[in-house]
Amino acid sequence: MEVKTEKTKSDTAGVLKRIAGPVVTAVGINAHMYDVVKVGKEELMGEVIKIQGENIIIQVYEDTSGIRPGEPVTNTGLSLAVELGPGLLTSIYDGIQRPLSVLVDKMGDFIQRGVSAPGLDHAKKWEFKPLVREGAKVSPGSIIGEVQETNIVHRIMIPPNMKGGTVQSIKAGSFTVDEVICTLDNGTQVSMMQKWPVRVPRPVNEKMNPTVPLITGQRILDGLFPIAKGGTAAIPGPFGSGKTVTQQQLAKWSDAEIVVYIGCGERGNEMTEVLTEFPELEDPKTGKPLMERTVLIANTSNMPVAAREASVYTGITIAEYFRDMGYDVSLMADSTSRWAEAMREISSRLEEMPGEEGYPAYLAARLSEFYERAGRVKTLGGSMGSVSVIGAVSPPGGDFSEPVTQNTLRIVKVFWALDAKLSQRRHFPAINWLNSYSLYLDSLHDWYDKEVSPEWNTIRSWAMEILQKEAELQEIVQLVGSDALPEAEQITIEVARMIREIFLQQNAYDAVDTFCDMKKQYDMMKAIRQYSDLAYAAQSAGVTPQQIVTIKSKNDLPQIKFIKDYTPALQKILSEMEAEFNALRSSA
Amino acid sequence: MKEYRTITQIAGPLVFVEKTEPVGYGELVNIVLFDGSIKRGQVLDTSDDLVVVQVFETTAGIGRDSGIRFTGETIKMPVGRDMLGRILSGGGKPIDGGPEIVPEKRLDITGAAINPYARGSPNDFIQTGISTIDGTNTLVRGQKLPIFSGAGLPHNQIALQIARQSKVPGSKEAFAVVFAAMGITKEEANYFMQDFERTGALERAVVFLNLADDPAVERIITPRLALTTAEYLAFDLGMHVLVILTDMTNYCEALRQIGAAREEVPGRRGYPGYMYTDLAGIYERAGIVKGKQGSITQFPILTMPGDDITHPIPDLTGYITEGQIVVSRELHRKGIYPPINVLPSLSRLMNLGIGKGHTREDHKKVSDQMYAAYAEGNDLRGLVAIVGKDALSERDRMFLEFADLFENRFVRQGYSEDRTIEETLDIGWNLLSTLPVEQLVRIDRDLINKYHPKFRQAGKAEG
Ligand SMILES: Nc1ncnc2c1ncn2[C@@H]1O[C@H](COP(=O)(O)OP(=O)(O)OP(=O)(O)O)[C@@H](O)[C@H]1O
Ligand SMILES: Nc1ncnc2c1ncn2[C@@H]1O[C@H](COP(=O)(O)OP(=O)(O)O)[C@@H](O)[C@H]1O
Ligand SMILES: [Mg+2]
Ligand SMILES: [Mg+2]
Repeated sequence: MEVKTEKTKSDTAGVLKRIAGPVVTAVGINAHMYDVVKVGKEELMGEVIKIQGENIIIQVYEDTSGIRPGEPVTNTGLSLAVELGPGLLTSIYDGIQRPLSVLVDKMGDFIQRGVSAPGLDHAKKWEFKPLVREGAKVSPGSIIGEVQETNIVHRIMIPPNMKGGTVQSIKAGSFTVDEVICTLDNGTQVSMMQKWPVRVPRPVNEKMNPTVPLITGQRILDGLFPIAKGGTAAIPGPFGSGKTVTQQQLAKWSDAEIVVYIGCGERGNEMTEVLTEFPELEDPKTGKPLMERTVLIANTSNMPVAAREASVYTGITIAEYFRDMGYDVSLMADSTSRWAEAMREISSRLEEMPGEEGYPAYLAARLSEFYERAGRVKTLGGSMGSVSVIGAVSPPGGDFSEPVTQNTLRIVKVFWALDAKLSQRRHFPAINWLNSYSLYLDSLHDWYDKEVSPEWNTIRSWAMEILQKEAELQEIVQLVGSDALPEAEQITIEVARMIREIFLQQNAYDAVDTFCDMKKQYDMMKAIRQYSDLAYAAQSAGVTPQQIVTIKSKNDLPQIKFIKDYTPALQKILSEMEAEFNALRSSA
Repeated sequence: MKEYRTITQIAGPLVFVEKTEPVGYGELVNIVLFDGSIKRGQVLDTSDDLVVVQVFETTAGIGRDSGIRFTGETIKMPVGRDMLGRILSGGGKPIDGGPEIVPEKRLDITGAAINPYARGSPNDFIQTGISTIDGTNTLVRGQKLPIFSGAGLPHNQIALQIARQSKVPGSKEAFAVVFAAMGITKEEANYFMQDFERTGALERAVVFLNLADDPAVERIITPRLALTTAEYLAFDLGMHVLVILTDMTNYCEALRQIGAAREEVPGRRGYPGYMYTDLAGIYERAGIVKGKQGSITQFPILTMPGDDITHPIPDLTGYITEGQIVVSRELHRKGIYPPINVLPSLSRLMNLGIGKGHTREDHKKVSDQMYAAYAEGNDLRGLVAIVGKDALSERDRMFLEFADLFENRFVRQGYSEDRTIEETLDIGWNLLSTLPVEQLVRIDRDLINKYHPKFRQAGKAEG
């Protein structure tokens, strides 16, 4: 696709011929696919999505009520693009990058149409600090300076679609995003803002293999099914199973440097929650406000459906832009199903031949193009950056066999399967440990080995085996009851329960347990392992399972999650546990 | 106003008109019958040569000789303070014999989306007096919390009990009820009306009635009229408004009917592919706006076809609303009122409205622990049916017992029993104290020491 961020041809004027909801037909304009057009007297923003002879078919990003045939249509000749530069962080945008705060100022508490608002504040001045001197050779993607945007440093780059050259002049000082800060010998003038068409991936130097996990502070994710920085994950589940809470947990606690959170066709109140909560949260590592690294896109379910379709592209383009500065970015899209439904809605209005369940035949292609924009890369500027993409999927009736879930699973490398049975019993995160998987385990093996413990990978496998074994044993229990199990297996059942209740369950709303670092994760799992080893040893020494599962010290183990400085308490439990087992064995 | 007589086709609720002048999308249309009576409709599709109009009433009496008047504006309704206490048809006409509404404003019935940036955070705890709601699925002001029910289950009683008992403890602000009936029977409607009259709620209510024998297509606008009224009362007059919409299943059927008439490609089970977006346009009209006094809390009621929660109507609703209260046939059969099954029920905004400063610090953990214990006990019932009670371990037997106690003491309560949140939580603790303390793994030790009946008494005895 062509990159068109500057006008390529003169405006042409046409008229509307037909209006049927968000899709309208115009005649008399010389438009190309994906050109942005202004529709009607109110100049509503739209995008060309189909050309059929004379007829130019346009999806409109705002409500079309009251618009009549005969009203004017003009082509801007530009692609749907976002403004990239200082001012993105802490912003909340709609699907086409209109800042929602500006919209409140311009049109009040309810969203009206016909108001345009640029993505960046063009009046605000930023303190620009050059990082190259006059005479330096620069090329597309080169970092030429920086701006302290929030606590995050915003690196200013030569746009990827500009020609490189030698810096002729560059100046420090206070500038708006439109002012020229640098001139090249070939005459190119660089400002702090670049525009990029959202449907075109930003170019990179090279894609690399991900080898570092995105640490999320969520035990079941980091511990059992990790996602790599630059990786892709899907989190499908029926309503109320925990997609949003999990995504918000990742937005809060994952160790990305930049977070882009897209509320795509979901609830207004959930975005309000993010807006009220995030400014008060601090990064557990740096102590800095989490909001300062965050960009929010909110195109809720009742906002125009065409803008919902655009929202994921707007979000990923912003993510790529920060990646190009060398940052590790993580992007959450809640929910990709609403995006797919927007495609379906538009497609059916185009009277296209429907594919499976009415989705357009290009659904799979669109999904894979989107997830392909994730990755760990060497940037054009030569640094390393990544975009990790985590997409929520909302399958109708919770049935994973539907097209969006299936097409997503074919692409992503991590599958966190939410399970209504778990959420109903308030086991959160309700991620089913038997069905979920991560294909990054091998590539992350060394990292865990080095950064957590040489024993980590072994203990992880051990835990998975116990859980697997429990599932098999549960089938027997369903037939004969738990008392009929052999003694060793009664212990397995107990250890599995401990893994589930102590390690896997993690309450997002508990002040301490909401985030759990790798060291604590390891210590918790190791403690359960220790109990397990002592228990089997005691059992072979003749202690009864009844005695083993009722030892007192283990009752305090679940409490560890709620304690911030847990080490002394844990030490105490472990030494008491050992003493109790010793006593049991000597009396057996 | 120009009148066209160029109808070319009438199919289901749709009228196709050829015309000469440009007509706006979504415009209100008046259709003039030969006897001078007028039916209303809305433009669904407009082009140079053809306009498709969706009629909100039956198309009976419309013919090629009928006149079509395009009004030049989208559908607006008159709203005013004097709507309180009035009963209107599903199309917004007074049907209580009273005068026309004196309009203070005319508002577009589609409503505009609240800018997410302008939304206030809903966190005022509403006490309904029902333990399964207050204790385990807490409602807050500005929430949309539907009741998922089935044919013949007492969802109406529950809705009325909620409407009657709901209060924000300690608050005396103006409130109002907007009630919209879609396709329910006269008898059901009377049940609501009588209760409103008996309790005096009618004075503070606006009622919209589209009954089973009223035109199905009218149901498309009934909830929109109700919510436009609610928005006026809440955001212009500063009232706290409770909106009851019943039965959303009938609304969705009407939507399906229109989709079929337009020969659209149907989505799941024949419902239109845009039903999610359409329903969101209704349910999202709940909430709080920063800097404004009022609020809109929604209680949509729907009957799940075949009691199937995965049916598109409850499914899409659940994906939009902030939780759901599920009424269970099994509990109803056991004679338990209110037969609310807490396991599939959920209040997503609960965490904002509970805890210290809202209800009580132990609320969340007590609720979680009861859920976990009840779920475990409930699972064991299946096992007992196969292997008998004797094959259970001692631990399992305690959980089994807990599930029965939970249903009989916590869930079960009277139709007019109005429990305070403290009463609800104390019942919870009494039930939890039947389990060994070490099984209460969801609750921190501090809270156990403070609230668990055993330790509380011990503490008191010492102190
Ligand atoms: N992934 C899991 N997460 C949590 N608990 C599980 C899981 N797998 C098994 N269990 C435990 O085992 C029990 C039986 O498992 P589960 O209900 O998932 O089996 P199932 O085969 O799906 O049952 P059904 O046939 O009733 O659908 C659960 O109630 C739970 O206690
Ligand atoms: N990790 C968690 N800890 C505690 N509660 C959770 C957790 N995840 C989900 N929940 C609960 O489940 C509810 C529904 O979760 P949500 O993420 O909104 O579901 P979905 O997006 O899948 O519909 C939340 O309101 C919350 O009560
Ligand atoms: Mg969600
Ligand atoms: Mg880097």
